[in-house]
Amino acid sequence: MDTLKKLEAQSIHILRESYKEFKSLVMLWSIGKDSTVLLWLARKAFFGHVPLPLLHIDTHFKIPEMIAYRDKLAADWHLNLVYGENAAALAAKQTFPDGKVDRLTCCKSLKSEALKHTLSGEWPRYAFDHKLGSYVQEKNPQPYTGVIVGVRADEEGSRSKERYFSPRDKQNDWNIGDQPPELWHQYKTDFAPGTHVRVHPLLDWTELNIWEYIDREQIPILPLYFNNGKGLRYRSLGCYPCTGAVKSEARNVKEIIEELRTGKFSNIAERSGRAQDKEDGGGLETLRREGYM
Amino acid sequence: MDRMNIVIVGHVDHGKSTVIGRLLADTGSLPDGKLEQVKATCAKNAKPFEYAFLLDALKDEQSQGITIDAARCFFHTKKREYIVIDAPGHIEFLKNMITGAARAEAALLVIDAKEGILENSKRHGYLLSMLGIRQVAVLVNKMDLVGYSEETFRAIEKEYGDFLKGFNVKPDAFIPMSAMNGVNMIARSSEMPWYRGLTVLEQLDTFQHESSSEAYPFRFPVQDIYKFTEQDDDRRILAGTVYTGKIKAGEEVIFLPSKKRTRIKAIEEFNTPPKQEAAAGEAIGFTTETQLYIKPGELMVKAGDPLPAVSTRFKATLFWMGHDPLVKGKKYKLKLGAARVSLRLVEVLSVLDTSEQTLSSRKEQVDRHDVAECVFETSKPVAFDKAADLPETGRFVIVDHYEIAGAGIILEAFAEDRSILREHVARREQIWERSAIDAGKRAATYGHRPGFILIVGKVHTGKQMIAKTLEERLVQKGLKAFYLGISNLISGIGSELPTGGESQEEVVRQLGELGRIITESGQIFITTASDLDDADIETLRILNTPNEILVLNVGESQLDRVKPDLRFEPWSEVEEAIGRIFSWLKQKRIIPS
Repeated sequence: MDTLKKLEAQSIHILRESYKEFKSLVMLWSIGKDSTVLLWLARKAFFGHVPLPLLHIDTHFKIPEMIAYRDKLAADWHLNLVYGENAAALAAKQTFPDGKVDRLTCCKSLKSEALKHTLSGEWPRYAFDHKLGSYVQEKNPQPYTGVIVGVRADEEGSRSKERYFSPRDKQNDWNIGDQPPELWHQYKTDFAPGTHVRVHPLLDWTELNIWEYIDREQIPILPLYFNNGKGLRYRSLGCYPCTGAVKSEARNVKEIIEELRTGKFSNIAERSGRAQDKEDGGGLETLRREGYM
Repeated sequence: MDRMNIVIVGHVDHGKSTVIGRLLADTGSLPDGKLEQVKATCAKNAKPFEYAFLLDALKDEQSQGITIDAARCFFHTKKREYIVIDAPGHIEFLKNMITGAARAEAALLVIDAKEGILENSKRHGYLLSMLGIRQVAVLVNKMDLVGYSEETFRAIEKEYGDFLKGFNVKPDAFIPMSAMNGVNMIARSSEMPWYRGLTVLEQLDTFQHESSSEAYPFRFPVQDIYKFTEQDDDRRILAGTVYTGKIKAGEEVIFLPSKKRTRIKAIEEFNTPPKQEAAAGEAIGFTTETQLYIKPGELMVKAGDPLPAVSTRFKATLFWMGHDPLVKGKKYKLKLGAARVSLRLVEVLSVLDTSEQTLSSRKEQVDRHDVAECVFETSKPVAFDKAADLPETGRFVIVDHYEIAGAGIILEAFAEDRSILREHVARREQIWERSAIDAGKRAATYGHRPGFILIVGKVHTGKQMIAKTLEERLVQKGLKAFYLGISNLISGIGSELPTGGESQEEVVRQLGELGRIITESGQIFITTASDLDDADIETLRILNTPNEILVLNVGESQLDRVKPDLRFEPWSEVEEAIGRIFSWLKQKRIIPS
């Protein structure tokens, strides 16, 4: 087995384990390359089916192509797709693009807060109706207690310490010093009532692995990742006001793989186009402690 | 590019983080400006720069000054990419060290040349062997502090080599080096002309990938069974990861502990060309020729391969990480392959003091950070191998109060026994408060003997209809019969049960105890249950002692050793079934003829 095959097997094992052990499970889908690979791995794990809901947190500042792509895959792959949002902050225009708050506060409000309250079922959820081809508000949203997230250890410092199965207590706190042991395909799958778990099947993947796998499996991916003809491409996708492109001539998956293999970006953080990380020394870490994924 | 996971272990402050910092810096694997940035931060705070600071990705780690978790870093040589797992050396974080080391194919064990071999140098060495990591290089670090003395190095090499030999570990190399000064890290240096071995980086590149376990017997823990009916999918797929060996479509398989047999119909995978063979490491699925009544948690093996042991008792070496000690009389959860059953400690044979390598056999419990040899008993039979034969299916973890608290490897299988349950029943019977009316008097008054009639079989086979009609007919004849719907038990007495695999075990236990009480009252106790296997019936039989239990099976049977007293087709004609039960109850002299 080569590296990709091993990574794939490990991720599939973890997905099946979480599906087996957790009743109220959801997978986050940011529409980016990583969580789309994760979604693909779910199709692998469940033999073409995706028997669990996918949750997208819509900030309404996402690059428009992302939403179109999301809805297309939802229809094509028969996904149980749900989205949530911070309706109050959006209505009050308490956002960075509206000039009312700084980037970190905006992220916290439109993503972390929206995620937290959407997961708990306190705020409305909108589910994709395959017959109507549009979104319908969920009648009786139940809290999700297991959340599958596509973070990778090589992305950034704080992510390198995650577990595959990472418990969060009632306050959503992540106790980095006292994490459960993981060995021999055995993970923490027993939880006291009131606690919940985040599952990270992609922890051991690198940015290059993700692209190699997209290439091998021919996973449909957003063209935003490719050179738009002006010598620019997105390396990481987010909200348009805070996401910058990188200089690159790569026009397709193979060229991205070539580009990454040359080591062109090896000294530039993948999220360097994401402005919120830079607001203070530990922007992403602070966000993550507060529930950002 | 090829990739290998390695772990760095050793006693706290012996320089693991510095070794990693050096590896990252000297192989050019740090982001641009990172080194300068950390140096600048050090200068600003008036503290000397250390390579270890490069790893301190997290704020609270910097404030504590010790590595608390197994963090991953990436670097590469010309040969391959490495993921280096920095395992904490502090004793409090031993479970993090275990997590880190369990992911690795090779280990660097760091010993401070000046401080010498300390407690965790030994403990970590021992745990590496238990975790099954065969490739180990010992880095004798901080040689600069001992004047690059060959004598000091050789003394450590001898002492530590002897220690490792005690449990059959032979390190691939001992390397004298100084991470801080970059001596023998990447380049050989002039300080130690007496050392002719490899540098740390050269040594890493000599490590081999674990040889594939395809040549071993086929072992496939059934992780789950899927039937997704959407888009007219009618496959019933056994999903899981092949732990060892390989199998082809058409080959015969056996499920353990249930002993059911069938053949592999097809190997299932999404978005790949059809394949005829599945091998170790693959996360895959199988359809079978006959649709057997099996449950997740069984071990699928190949007919003709050496069979694993199937038992409720085994001896194991165990490492305990739990806050509370491992004690007798407490129920734990065993996770072995895909099996999850409850487990109790029978006996502590010895506790190994890893630092002194002495055995203490007078301990009754296993404390945090102890390594111990113990005998365990599970509530149900489990299929496993001896770790020495097949490590993948010979190791397990123990869950205590939601946490993985122990990890162990199986040394030996013992004959199946339910000694803990039997002891419980013996104790219970000893203190059982007897009423003034004995069983004989009761039977004479009621006109019949008590009995426990258990109707088992798959769901939706008409078990309840038989049970309820039986109760009605018995009562109509003036006999004392009582039917208990199992859901009444679950939603009442059992309402505080945890969800998941353990709850069924607990339901069975409650049913057994209840059976004992109701049969004591002289009644004929009737109930139905789905999904019961041999071990469950055995549990009920033991718990119901001294009274009798009669087993009726409807439809396809999940049972192997237990032979049901009567068998019925699904949805049998009820009156005919009742007739058979009646004549059989008469024959058993439970009711009068």
